[in-house]
Amino acid sequence: MSTDDLKKTPLFDAHVAAGARMVPFAGYSMPVQYKDGVLKEHLWTREHAGLFDVSHMGQARIRGENPAKSFEKVVSADYQGLKAGKQRYGVLLNEGGGIIDDLMTARPDDDGLFVVVNGACKDNDYAIIARELAGEATVTRLEDRALLALQGPEAAAVLAAHVPEAATMVFMDARALTAFGVDAIISRSGYTGEDGYELSVPASEAARIWNTLLEDERVRPIGLGARDSLRLEAGLPLYGHDLDETVSPIEAGLNFAVGKSRREAGDFLGAARIAKELAGELSRVRVNLKVLEGAPAREGADIADADGAVIGKVTSGGFGPSFGGAIAIGFVPPAFAVIGSTLKVIVRGKPAAAEVVASPFVPPRYVRKL
Amino acid sequence: MRFTKDHEWVAVEGDIATVGITAYAAEQLGDVVFVEVPEVGKTVAQGEGLAVVESVKAASDVYAPVSGEVVEANAELGDAPETVNAVPEAGGWFAKLKLSNPAEVDALMDRDAYEAFLSTL
Repeated sequence: MSTDDLKKTPLFDAHVAAGARMVPFAGYSMPVQYKDGVLKEHLWTREHAGLFDVSHMGQARIRGENPAKSFEKVVSADYQGLKAGKQRYGVLLNEGGGIIDDLMTARPDDDGLFVVVNGACKDNDYAIIARELAGEATVTRLEDRALLALQGPEAAAVLAAHVPEAATMVFMDARALTAFGVDAIISRSGYTGEDGYELSVPASEAARIWNTLLEDERVRPIGLGARDSLRLEAGLPLYGHDLDETVSPIEAGLNFAVGKSRREAGDFLGAARIAKELAGELSRVRVNLKVLEGAPAREGADIADADGAVIGKVTSGGFGPSFGGAIAIGFVPPAFAVIGSTLKVIVRGKPAAAEVVASPFVPPRYVRKL
Repeated sequence: MRFTKDHEWVAVEGDIATVGITAYAAEQLGDVVFVEVPEVGKTVAQGEGLAVVESVKAASDVYAPVSGEVVEANAELGDAPETVNAVPEAGGWFAKLKLSNPAEVDALMDRDAYEAFLSTL
């Protein structure tokens, strides 16, 4: 794809003006970093507040007589049990129980469900949802909206200065409210392991709101490079890397994405595999690895047992700036997923010791209670 | 100092060539978090992988700008990979090579030619 074919978010000009390095991502021209660079941007977000443009992600409404019930045909989470004002993580599954996409679904108001999906997956997701829900519910793309994320320990204080109601929300609350003088959907959630918010706002107002937030000296713009290292440290899987159509939510350690009521009913695509895996028939599971020596192990590196036999692969890996070393996510047979045990990662032909550690690498700071 | 289109530099003293990456390359890479330097005694041909430099985001190969035998590697980069960003064209060198074909050096770009090349990027 040539650069000319890339789509632009409503904040493209703001990124270029801020000195961002723009790269193709999910069909969009997106900022991978600003002038500070990935390392400083990562650390700034963990210490202060980082502002991210994630407008490439798909925002949509599911509407119908009982949109939650209809949506449950294609996703594994319990959305009929999702209370008003709350958001819940889920996965869109294929017939074989593999993950087509992971997504957030909220009930911010009475207008059906509000869904946010991955940018690179959105066209396919919407086609599948529309096909499977035909006749009972509709999926409407909200193409005229931008999505910003404000993340970090100072995010709450920053946003409260503009949107006092945001301070009354806890982790995974989602509300439709008036913010910055416009209709917004705000959730207290994110993809960094930090406290923070995601703000869906009209595209036409996005630049004004972006610039208003950046006027606060606690806030800096953060690119996709740091977004990736932040989510890796937070132990959050990334679709297209740690998750794909062959990986089930149980293999990926996302059991919470399969609602209890849904497990009992088994009424969704891929339910047979999920039931088997929950009963213990698993050939691989996700592990977090701390690389003890040498270079970072990146996506595609082999994982070997103590004798050097290849048992799995790294699906995400790099340097964790806050962790202070090389970390990775990968998949291995369950017998090797023992916390505290030592495996090997093969980087450029050389084996290096890597310890299986608990997820996440860096403790999360979600605000679950006020 | 001589330069390649892959943004390596070579400084020659006698038959020893010190090799590193240019300030432009260091800036493009961003913060260096790990450097894999070659083992002493390794023989490399011009254009072969000599070292690997890693930023938070990615690993990048550093190619041998000239052929030769590695006689010294910069051990300081193990504890202080950030030296590559701080002083890329001095203390951030990767390896010293004993030249096997000194004529290769003459064919590389001088500073003016390299800067002219950068202006085309």
